[in-house]
Amino acid sequence: MNNIPSHLKYTDSHEWSELLDDGTVRIGITDHAQGLLGDMVFIELPEVGREVAAAEDCAVVESVKAASDIYSPVSGEIIEINTELEENPELVNQSANQDGWLFLVRPQDISELDKLMDANAYSELLAADE
Amino acid sequence: MLIFEKSQTGRKAHAQHVKAGSLKDIPEHFLRKAPPDLPEVSELEAVRHFTNLSKKNFSIDTHFYPLGSCTMKYNPRACNTLASLPEFLNRHPLAPDSTGQGMLACLYDLQEMLKTVTGMKGVSLSPMAGAQGEFAGIAMIRAYHDARGDDQRTEILVPDAAHGTNPATAIMCGYKVKEIKTNAQGDVDIEILKQALGSHTAGIMLTNPSTLGVFERQICEIAALVHEAGGLLYYDGANLNAILGKVTPGDMGFDVVHMNLHKTFSTPHGGGGPGSGPVGVNERLLPYLPVPTVAYDGSSYRWLTATDRPETIGQLSAFGGNVGILLRAYIYALLLGRDGMERVAEYSVLNANYLMIKLREAGFDLAFNDRRATHEFIVTLKKQAQTLGVTAMDVAKRLLDKGYHAPTTYFPLLVAECLLIEPTETESKQEIDRFIEAMIAILKEAKLHPEVVTTSPHTLPVKRLDDVRAARELNLRWRAEV
Repeated sequence: MNNIPSHLKYTDSHEWSELLDDGTVRIGITDHAQGLLGDMVFIELPEVGREVAAAEDCAVVESVKAASDIYSPVSGEIIEINTELEENPELVNQSANQDGWLFLVRPQDISELDKLMDANAYSELLAADE
Repeated sequence: MLIFEKSQTGRKAHAQHVKAGSLKDIPEHFLRKAPPDLPEVSELEAVRHFTNLSKKNFSIDTHFYPLGSCTMKYNPRACNTLASLPEFLNRHPLAPDSTGQGMLACLYDLQEMLKTVTGMKGVSLSPMAGAQGEFAGIAMIRAYHDARGDDQRTEILVPDAAHGTNPATAIMCGYKVKEIKTNAQGDVDIEILKQALGSHTAGIMLTNPSTLGVFERQICEIAALVHEAGGLLYYDGANLNAILGKVTPGDMGFDVVHMNLHKTFSTPHGGGGPGSGPVGVNERLLPYLPVPTVAYDGSSYRWLTATDRPETIGQLSAFGGNVGILLRAYIYALLLGRDGMERVAEYSVLNANYLMIKLREAGFDLAFNDRRATHEFIVTLKKQAQTLGVTAMDVAKRLLDKGYHAPTTYFPLLVAECLLIEPTETESKQEIDRFIEAMIAILKEAKLHPEVVTTSPHTLPVKRLDDVRAARELNLRWRAEV
């Protein structure tokens, strides 16, 4: 069963976004996505300081099956990346929604988050795919 | 066991010793002081080591090899024998054109044949593999737009079913990549394409038939839309086998195409090949073809270089490309003739459809149930993965036990738990029937004894490999223990 927390927002390309108290947005891939991709072997993260546009590809997750682009759900500046993943890419498999987060963005326009799916809509998307 | 680990100091295999020539003309400071640290084994040990290694290999000479989108067909021995004639083998690439008219005539004829096969106006044989052919193709599209001062075109469109090399090629040529979704029937989603097209569109990269094992039915409409927006169409020749002699990329509206001679024209594939990826172009890209190409003025043949063709994107190989491979493809094309090429398409498609229908009857799910296969098709094991815990990877591993090279697994990425199966035209009905029996037997095992499948292979020298650890902890060379 997929873990789809209700406090996160989702894209149809299977990224989640979490609005933190300080107004920054933490981004990762969903539990469903990590399950499909299988064991991670390498995660390529963007440079801190880079400006990204919403839906721009800015990271790559490589599993034993495939390498997949990751798209930023919101526009803004990359202010932190999860350096733990360099040594331990399996964190994405073990804890996609928390310890396996990818990068942190200071968003330009917080309302972009409203365009994303909530947990219910994302669950329906996955169900429709079944 | 590595041959290094079998080494015993002082042991020699005299028959395999290569005698060094005179070292007189090599400066003293380049000569090594100590012998190289090579394994020391007897003649018998060397023979036995490499014979046993070769027996562990899966190859087209030993096994049915239905690797989808790779066209692993038989490499006729005649092609190898004729391309190995001493007059070809011993020719130095810097020797003057006048002493190599025979070889140049073969290459010129090959250029002409590939023009006919692709419906293009010009061909360059020099790209040394598929990826280089792709690079040449997109570099020419870029040169075309640049020459017209049309430099706001920054984007290449690539369908989500494409080979991974397509977006990589576009990026290498300085373009941004826009992915175009495929619809439920396996065709490009025309509405999404329309929205993506614009004055920023440099071109689109398409494989037709696509990697989904179906023919893109709207290709003429796609070509019209892309051309209307000012973009060009690039044809990835990976699946040319299915249409050989039947229809050409030129007929479909493509402007540039690369071919994989190591697929469609049966030159050695895998294990280093080497490959060969000629490119063909229509009128508007003609000036940009990579050099050298072979020209014929009615009496003699010669290489054309950048001096003759100043607008070329340049030279991609030191000399004329992988000429030994080009000769093999030339001989293959001559052996087939025009009718033979059509039969390649007919039998590769017939074999794929026969195999597809038989597997469906046996209870396998197809990714595109209401579509006819091209030269390949996709089985999805989504149901088996959910209900039995048996994945596409498990079935692929079990096939090895049964003496078959596995089909392509987990590609294309948009079909869950998929096997992409391409039998090619060189397999007999009897061989395909044996493969069907093996697949049926595995499906039965998956239901009755799934653990037999999920822990396979059982009969190979190595069992289930830990591919996660292999990818994370690379171990690429032998090191002497100190």
